[in-house]
Amino acid sequence: MYEIRIHSRGGQGGVTAARLLALAASRDGKYATACPFYGAERRGAPVVSFVRIDEEPIRVYSQIRRPDLVVVLDASIMDVVDVLQGLKSDGLVLVNSTHAWNGNRHAGRHVDLTGIALSLDLVVAGSPIVNTPMLGAIAKMGIVSLDSVRDAIAETFADDRNVNAAEAAYRELVV
Amino acid sequence: MLTLATGNKAVAAAVKEARPLVIAAYPITPQTEIVEQIAEYVAAGELSSQYIPVESEHSAMAACIGASVTGGRTFTATSSHGLLYMHEMVHWAAGARLPIVMANVNRSVGPGWNVWAEHTDAFSQRDTGWLQVFVSTVQEAYDATLMAFKIAEHEGVLLPVMVNLDGFTLSHIMQSLETVEIGDFLPPMHLPHAIDVEQPCAYGPLTGPADYFKFRWDIERSMRDAPGVIAEVEREFGERFGRRYGPTEDYRCEDADILVIALGTLGKEAEVAVDLLRAEGVKAGSMRLRWFRPFPDLDLRGRDVVVIDRDYSFGFGGVLAHSIRSKTGVEPFSVIAGLGGQEVTYDDIADFVRMHTPGTEYWFGVNGHV
Amino acid sequence: MTEIRKEEFILKCTSACAGCGGSLCLRYVLKAAGPDTVLVVPACCTSVIQGIYPATAVNIPVYNIAFAAAAACASGMSSAFRALGRKTNVIAYAGDGGTVDIGIQALSGAFERGTDFLYICYDNEAYGNTGMQRSGATPLGARTTTTPGGKPTTKKDLDRIVEAHDPPYMATACSAYPLDLYKKVKRALGIPGPKFIHILAPCPPGWRFPAEQTVEMGKLAVKSGMWVLYEREYGSLTISAPSKAAMRKPVPLEEYIRRQGRFRGITDAALTELRHQADLNLRRLTREAEGIC
Repeated sequence: MYEIRIHSRGGQGGVTAARLLALAASRDGKYATACPFYGAERRGAPVVSFVRIDEEPIRVYSQIRRPDLVVVLDASIMDVVDVLQGLKSDGLVLVNSTHAWNGNRHAGRHVDLTGIALSLDLVVAGSPIVNTPMLGAIAKMGIVSLDSVRDAIAETFADDRNVNAAEAAYRELVV
Repeated sequence: MLTLATGNKAVAAAVKEARPLVIAAYPITPQTEIVEQIAEYVAAGELSSQYIPVESEHSAMAACIGASVTGGRTFTATSSHGLLYMHEMVHWAAGARLPIVMANVNRSVGPGWNVWAEHTDAFSQRDTGWLQVFVSTVQEAYDATLMAFKIAEHEGVLLPVMVNLDGFTLSHIMQSLETVEIGDFLPPMHLPHAIDVEQPCAYGPLTGPADYFKFRWDIERSMRDAPGVIAEVEREFGERFGRRYGPTEDYRCEDADILVIALGTLGKEAEVAVDLLRAEGVKAGSMRLRWFRPFPDLDLRGRDVVVIDRDYSFGFGGVLAHSIRSKTGVEPFSVIAGLGGQEVTYDDIADFVRMHTPGTEYWFGVNGHV
Repeated sequence: MTEIRKEEFILKCTSACAGCGGSLCLRYVLKAAGPDTVLVVPACCTSVIQGIYPATAVNIPVYNIAFAAAAACASGMSSAFRALGRKTNVIAYAGDGGTVDIGIQALSGAFERGTDFLYICYDNEAYGNTGMQRSGATPLGARTTTTPGGKPTTKKDLDRIVEAHDPPYMATACSAYPLDLYKKVKRALGIPGPKFIHILAPCPPGWRFPAEQTVEMGKLAVKSGMWVLYEREYGSLTISAPSKAAMRKPVPLEEYIRRQGRFRGITDAALTELRHQADLNLRRLTREAEGIC
C-alpha cells in the first residue's frame, strides 16, 4: 500500500487534490481511498488529507501515520507544521516551491505549482490553483499515470487549463 | 458503472436508483452531502422524486410518514442531534408500519459540539422498531441502501430501515463504487394499508390495551421474520449483482481463538489488525456485525471475544458488549473506543486483542482496565 | 342560499362532550370537503372524538399523528398525492395547542414551502384534551388548571403570524356560524397552495358554561367583537357578514365574559385590556378591509 499525506491550507484545494489523485489511481485499475481530516475548517489554516493506493481493497480508515510521500502545497506550512512526521525513511517529499528543498535526510522534490498556475492564469477568487498541477508532478514520480491524471481532471473540471497545468508540472518536475 | 464516491454520495446514488416518491430531509453535518446531492439530482431532472426541504428533522420524518401512508416510497437522511430531534417520529414510523428508509450518518451527541463518528445516535433509537444495519465501505453504503428499500417494503416486514454509516470516516471518504441498474430487484412498493378514500378508516386512533398489545406483538413478530427476509434479499442481491452480504462479515474466523466484534469502519479496520496478529501467531478473527436490529444469532462458543463499542450506556456499559453477552452468554473484553471520532488504528485494535481480559471494560485513551 | 351537503361524515358515535364546538365545526368542514379528503389530526380533542379502535366515528380516512407534526405530515401526504396525480384534499385539523404552541414550527414550515393543503385550527383556547391547561391561545384573565388565578398574558395572535406567511387564503370562522364556515372551507379548497382557517370553538366544560349554550356563546364572541369573522384571499380582506352586523350594533364585552366560569373573578384591569385588544384588532381589520393600511 502506498500512502500519501497532502499538506495544504484551507481553501487551497488539498481535499480536491486527494480526491483527484485517488480517482487517477482508480483509473489506473488500482484501489484507492481519499479522505480529508476534518477539523473546524478555516480558510488559510493548515489542513491535511490522505490518499491510499493499493493493489488490494483498502480496509484502513485511520489517519496515515507512516506516509510514503508527503506533498506540501504551501511551503510556508513547514514553518508551523512538522510535515516530515512519521515519514518513512525511504519516503519522499514533494514541495510546491521555486527553490530546491533540502530533504533533511529525505529525498525532496520541488516544482513551482504556483508559478504554473499563474502562467496559465489558473486563478480562482484570487488564489492560484495548485492542486491540478500537483497531479502532474505526482504522475512524473510514477505513482499514477499521466493519462489517468488527465482523465481524472477532465472528468472533474471543464476548464482545459487544469489538464494543461498538470502536463506543465509533469514536464517541469525533475526526478 | 464503476466510479469513485464518498459514502454520502453512494447513499444518494442508491436513492436515485430506488426512485422514491417523496424525500423529505433536513441537512446536518456530516449528512449534508446526501441531501445536497439528492437536491441536485432532482433539480437536474435525474430523479423525479418530490423533494421536501422541511424545516426540521421532526418534520422530515413526519412528512415521510404522511407520504409513505399514501403508498409511495420515501427516504430521509439525518445524523446525531437530527436523529434525536426526530425521535418521536422514529417511533411513529415503525408503529405505523411504514417502510421508510433512512440513512443515519453516525455522529456523537453534544455537548460539547463534536461532529465526528460515534454510534450513540443510532443506539438511542434501538427500541423504536426500526431495522438497523451498519455499513463499512462506500460500496456497502450503496448496496445496503438499495436492499433496505426491498427489505422494508417486504410484506413480511413492513418496518422502516436505518442504514448507518460512520460520520466523516465513511461519509466523506472516497472509495470506488460500482453502481447498478436495479431493474425488477426493487419492484414498485405495495403498502397493504395505504390510505384509500374509498375505504375510509382511522389510522393510529385511540387504542385500548388489548389491541395496542397486539400491535406491539405484531411488530416483534415481523422483527423475528426479518432475518429470513434479509437473508433472502441479500442472497438475491448477491446473485444479481455479485456482492454478497450477511448478518456479519467474518474475516479469518473459522479457526480463530479470539474474535474482534465491532461495527462500521472499525470492524473493517479490525481485519488489518487480525492480519498483524496472525503474523505474530495469534489466531484472531474479525466478526463485523452488520445487522444490529434484528440482532443476529451468533455462535461464539469456545472463543474469546473483544467487543469494541463506539458508544456507551452510562451507568451500565458498552451497548454492543452487553448485547453480545446477553445474546451469547460469552463474557467479552469490552473496549470503549472511538467516541467523538477518537482515532483508533489497526495497531490499537491489535493491542486490544493482546491485552484482552474477559469480563473487564477498558476505556481506550483514558485509563487501563476499570 | 348555499346548499349544504346532506351526507354526514361524522357518524353518531363520537366521544365528544355534550355541546362540543370542535366537533360541530368538523361536521361542517367535512361536509364542505366531501369524501375525497384525508384528515390529518395531531393530539387534540379530535383524537378522542373520533372513537376508539377498531371503531371510528369519521367516515373519511383520518391520519392521527404526533402533537407537533400535523402540518409536516400533511405536507408529505399532499406532496405524495400530487405526485400520484390525485386531487385528494389534505386537511390538517388541529387544536390551538397543536397549532399556536407545539405545532407552530411545522405550520410555519409548511406554509413557507407553499404546501397544497388546508390547515384548520379549531380553537377552544386551552388544552382541552388533557383537561384544560392554558395554551398560548388562552385569553388574558381566563382561568385554566395551570392558570388558576387567571392567565396573566394575552392570547397569541396566531392569525397575524399566519398572515406573515402571505398564504393565498386565510379566514376566521366560528362554530356558531356553520354556513359561514362551510363556505370558507369550500372557498379554501378551491385555491391551490397553503390555506388556513382559524375557528373559534367554544368549549362548555373548559369555558364553564352550560352545554346547550355553545352556539349562543360563539355568537356572543362575534357580536361582542372578541372574535372577528373575515377572510383574506390573495391579500384582499373582507369582513364577513356576521361581524359587519356586530360592528353596527355590538354587544357589550361583559355579556360574553360574564357568562363563562373561566373568567370568574377577572379583574377590571384585565377586562379593560381585553376590550382594548378587541378594539385594536377590529380597528386593524377594518382599516385593512377599507384599504387604509
